[in-house]
Amino acid sequence: MSRVRVLIRPKAGILDPQGQTVERALPALGFEGVTNVHVGRLVELDVEDESQLPAMCEKLLANPLIEDYQIQWPEATGQNQNAGPDAPRR
Amino acid sequence: MPRGGNRGVKFGVVRFPGTCDEVDAYLAASRVGDAEILWHADADLKGVDAVIVPGGFSYGDHLRVGAVARFAPVMAEVETFAADGGLVLGICNGFQVLCEAGLLPGALLPNTSLKFTCRQVDLEVVNASTSWTNVTAVGDVLSIPAKHTTGRYYAPDATLDELEANGQVVLKYAPGHNFNGSVRDIAGVSNAAGNVVGLMPHPEHAVDPLTGSADGLKLFASAAAVPA
Repeated sequence: MSRVRVLIRPKAGILDPQGQTVERALPALGFEGVTNVHVGRLVELDVEDESQLPAMCEKLLANPLIEDYQIQWPEATGQNQNAGPDAPRR
Repeated sequence: MPRGGNRGVKFGVVRFPGTCDEVDAYLAASRVGDAEILWHADADLKGVDAVIVPGGFSYGDHLRVGAVARFAPVMAEVETFAADGGLVLGICNGFQVLCEAGLLPGALLPNTSLKFTCRQVDLEVVNASTSWTNVTAVGDVLSIPAKHTTGRYYAPDATLDELEANGQVVLKYAPGHNFNGSVRDIAGVSNAAGNVVGLMPHPEHAVDPLTGSADGLKLFASAAAVPA
């Protein structure tokens, strides 16, 4: 059993009013220099067969028409780590 | 519940957990034909001539609107029914479900305002030859209510060009009425064959002048006018 995270965000180029709202709010609190804010969601799941994850993402977890997803694969130890730059990304 | 007389066409209205507009859809359909409620967990369309996937919050809209309902047992039957030319109408959450199911192109995103909005909107008929708009004329304006948080129609530009070229854009928000930010003012689309139509506003809430407009009844009357 592996703990896996799937990060889902609005596809680039699609208007993201939630991200824009956050981006506009940050300078009002004194946090300058913040751009490209996007708000997505995180799905955490324990899976027995990791090979099924891409199909799970395509079929249910994300809508590939409007969302990109990133699977954060577990390390060999089973400990969940943040994915590096080489992590699969679509 | 009151029933219409047997006037030929039998509508089936799908009920998912969280659906809330099935009774209005049932009553609207009953004005032009017979109607029956279809249970989401039953892989059975009960021999209906037309299926309505109504508004509401199927399965709580968890994960993403319409994402879970799309895999309900009844939806596998609806997909086969639609592929065989059966009449299917998706309203609001039902439209979202049909898009998720791939029965209709595109997807629905949160309104640009990020707010739930409930208002009467004017819709222009762009294609009056679909199974659900054939008693209207191109350019007709239908006044019906819309109420949703996630109703911003989106499809990639190439898809939109194709939809417009094929006449699959069925209804557009009239100037000044596109409150949710839908691309190209699109309020409703059809599949290539025109037997499956989806829209965000609610025709089932506009079937009697007593409540402000009976324009929505035209969609149900259109389906009833299609020879079975």
